[in-house]
Amino acid sequence: MIFQAAMRRNAIKIEGERSSSLGLARGRLVLISGFFVLAYMVLAVRAFDLTILQGELSQGGERTNGAEQASVPAPGDILRADIVDRNGVLLATTLETASLYADPRYISNPQVAAEGIVKIFPQLSFGDVLQKLQSDKRFVWIKRGITPDEQYKVLEIGEPGLSFRAEKKRIYPQGNLISHMLGYVDIDGHGQAGIERSFNKYLGYGDPLALSLDVRLQHILHREIEKTVKDFDALGGAGVIMDVTNGEILAGVSLPDFDPHNPGAAKSSAIFNGLTLGVYELGSVFKIFSTAALFETLNVPMSTTFDAREPIKIGRFTISDYHAQDRVLTVPEVFMYSSNIGSAMMGQAVGTDALQGFYRDLGLLDPLDFEIKEVTKPLVPSPWGDVHTLTASYGHGIATTPLQLVSAVSSIVNGGYLVKPTLVRTASEDKGRSDVRVVSEQTAHRMRQLLRLVVTDGTGKKADVPGYHVGGKTGTAEKPGRTKKGYDHSRLLSSFVGVFPVDAPKYAIFIVIDEPKGTKASFGYATAGWTAAPAVSRVISSMVSVLGLAPVDQVASSPDFGSELKQFISVKGRHEG
Amino acid sequence: MKLFSRTDKSFLGRWWWTVDRGLISAFMVLVVFGIVLITTASPPVARHLGLGEYHFLIRHLIMLVPALGIMFFTSMLEKRQVWRLASLGLIGALLAMIIVLATGMEIKGAQRWIHIFGFSLQPSEFAKPCFVIVAAWLMSLQKTRENFQGNYYAAGLYLFVVTLLLLQPDLGMTFIVTCCWAAQIFLAGFPFRLLLAFGGLGIVGLITAYFSFHHVHSRINRFLDPESGDNFQVEKSLEAFQNGGFLGAGPGQGSVKLHLPDAHADFIFSVAGEELGLVFILVIVLVFGFILLRGYNRLMESDDMFTVLGAGGLLTMFGLQALVHMGSALNLLPAKGMTLPFISYGGSSVLSMGFAMGAVLALTRKQKRSGVSKGGLSHSLKAGRRIGKM
Repeated sequence: MIFQAAMRRNAIKIEGERSSSLGLARGRLVLISGFFVLAYMVLAVRAFDLTILQGELSQGGERTNGAEQASVPAPGDILRADIVDRNGVLLATTLETASLYADPRYISNPQVAAEGIVKIFPQLSFGDVLQKLQSDKRFVWIKRGITPDEQYKVLEIGEPGLSFRAEKKRIYPQGNLISHMLGYVDIDGHGQAGIERSFNKYLGYGDPLALSLDVRLQHILHREIEKTVKDFDALGGAGVIMDVTNGEILAGVSLPDFDPHNPGAAKSSAIFNGLTLGVYELGSVFKIFSTAALFETLNVPMSTTFDAREPIKIGRFTISDYHAQDRVLTVPEVFMYSSNIGSAMMGQAVGTDALQGFYRDLGLLDPLDFEIKEVTKPLVPSPWGDVHTLTASYGHGIATTPLQLVSAVSSIVNGGYLVKPTLVRTASEDKGRSDVRVVSEQTAHRMRQLLRLVVTDGTGKKADVPGYHVGGKTGTAEKPGRTKKGYDHSRLLSSFVGVFPVDAPKYAIFIVIDEPKGTKASFGYATAGWTAAPAVSRVISSMVSVLGLAPVDQVASSPDFGSELKQFISVKGRHEG
Repeated sequence: MKLFSRTDKSFLGRWWWTVDRGLISAFMVLVVFGIVLITTASPPVARHLGLGEYHFLIRHLIMLVPALGIMFFTSMLEKRQVWRLASLGLIGALLAMIIVLATGMEIKGAQRWIHIFGFSLQPSEFAKPCFVIVAAWLMSLQKTRENFQGNYYAAGLYLFVVTLLLLQPDLGMTFIVTCCWAAQIFLAGFPFRLLLAFGGLGIVGLITAYFSFHHVHSRINRFLDPESGDNFQVEKSLEAFQNGGFLGAGPGQGSVKLHLPDAHADFIFSVAGEELGLVFILVIVLVFGFILLRGYNRLMESDDMFTVLGAGGLLTMFGLQALVHMGSALNLLPAKGMTLPFISYGGSSVLSMGFAMGAVLALTRKQKRSGVSKGGLSHSLKAGRRIGKM
């Protein structure tokens, strides 16, 4: 090798030169090493700065990304609290979700990006998305509140101009089930209806709210009303299960309902809460109140009779019976055959002032004082003439919300203590039950006997559940005619209120079906006894198994609760529905 | 585990006991990190490009075989074989670069690639280490051989290589080659004022680049003033580190790889930061730092100018490339696409790094102490250094 030969030849001379230049090189190696040590230390410090100081320690704080704003944690940053049912089942919660937006400046291929987006979100229209992606703005929302799965698919499009912002989304795990009671929130998380609206501030502080609802009962009630509405091709329905001892609402349903995640898509009829906003002339179930008023004000015996042979004519009104018996009826007979004539005569006997006062005491004449704000005034005759006393005795000419009716029934059957409906779970057992007495213990007892009689022998036989002593009252009302003249015979409002166990009621179940149409199975009948009563029966059958209530052996038990009234019933007539 | 006994006089035995096993271990650590990171970073990129999910991973694994083969093979060479191989490699690479310039197709605004066996190779990647070795050889030869103007040859070679690179244009590579050569000049003992003059020329070059290449202009503008324009990649990279935090979002949980088309190559450090967090980033920085310090330290013990210049230049290239990659990802430097040695995907870069580090291993191998005069000399030098250090 030339190199080696040269080295050998000049070995002596170069030796000194080489060692000095090597020495210099070593010194400079140290400098280069030093440079890298410093540079890598800067890297490490910068990495610490980005990951820890700007990352972990500034969650939600200012980011280098100019689009995100610096903010101090405000009440709005607290996640809106959960709503749970009485057993702690989640009814509403808030999740942090991603919302998709586009920065059209970064969109490299709007066509491809829009196609990809529409594929993931079929509800978006291609044209709209394309237009957004080609706009001159720097920020356009594409879809808010998307799932992690959707987010991943969007990322897969690989379009740099598509980005996400973390947003809070209210999630209702039960879907439609409780939509009217819970209500919904707008996109900014402000309650717009139901509990969400009335407890908006409270939930905003982050404290969970426990409702009186029991999701299991809610499901049962929802299912049975839905089935009844479907079977009888009705417009809708509503129902409540109430704890009669304290007014707690265990279930509250209004159909049709809506998806609380997307209330904007629902029809106004679906958003409408029939339980608290709907005022209906509920018909014969009001006979509970007129009969109770009779006992309470006049303290008459059960054997008191009312002549129901002739329809009552007052002015242009004619009051006649649907289940006409054409004879003189005792109080139990009037009640179990649901005689309008008899009830009107009872009202007449009680008198206008007393009846009006009694109804007012039961809360039937004033707007409901309730936790959710979607409530309305009942329609009360004004001025209240004597004729209104007659009609109001059998539930016509006066329209109330279903919730008011259930509360009033509960107040009577629970022994006479006024209850106020509530949706929020009460901490102690006796709370919610007032000391205000609306009827005496004796009247309450007599009313329970009458309610039982309706189920054992009257119009509500289909509501019975063997072993559980169901009592109740049917109500089949004709809806006011569309032309505002009189009533429309073909458009019914069929309802049933049931209580059980009837000797010491705990639960009241009310179901009303809007415009049911008779079916083959019901022999063309769409009256309460064929529609709402069986539904209540099914609700109770399901309820007792969920709640673990044991049946009472009827054969072994003492005579039926309502049987002592049988002495006042003379002839067995036809009394279906 | 004793792979080879101390007294093993076989070829492999001698190799094993003279090569720097610490450096080899560190390289292997980087290779393993690279496989892990490419496994998580590349599937989304591949899917965007309509390729199979594991397209890049499989190619990376395939490329690692020849790359590591080249590294071990080169590390077994004698010094003179190293520079001979480098000379041949340089000639081949320069020829290929000329061919690419003449016929090559343009990818992302530059003519860099040549296609062989379904792989795209970038001849300039191979020219880089070969140039460093050849320049080292030329400059060291001047010191041992009278009347040999090695420095001038090296300068001429440098100008030729840089011209070819600028014609592509490939400014990143130009920058690296320039820095390596500057480091070599520095090590070769050039006076500081000359280096300052070169530095001044470098700055003039940068300013020229700033005004003559549009993308350099805009990139530097964006670095100096982030509001001035499209800083998408850097923004995403910074977000990645912020998301990562201390321990990272978890392997596979990152999203930066879904946004950046070069997540598996030029931004793999960001993927590491997002998925594995600060701890892992620091480990990577430490491993690179270890390799550099260990390598430079090994050069301290060398009494051969060619070794110091060659391995010094190659280590500088290695360290600088890592520095630019990590610095870009952390927004300490203007965004410059550069692979992270042994970690990033990139066939040519992996192969050329294999060769470069093989050369470093070969040059830093402990010398046989056969010649008495040589042994005595290295002995005295070692002693001298120790005194100098104290």
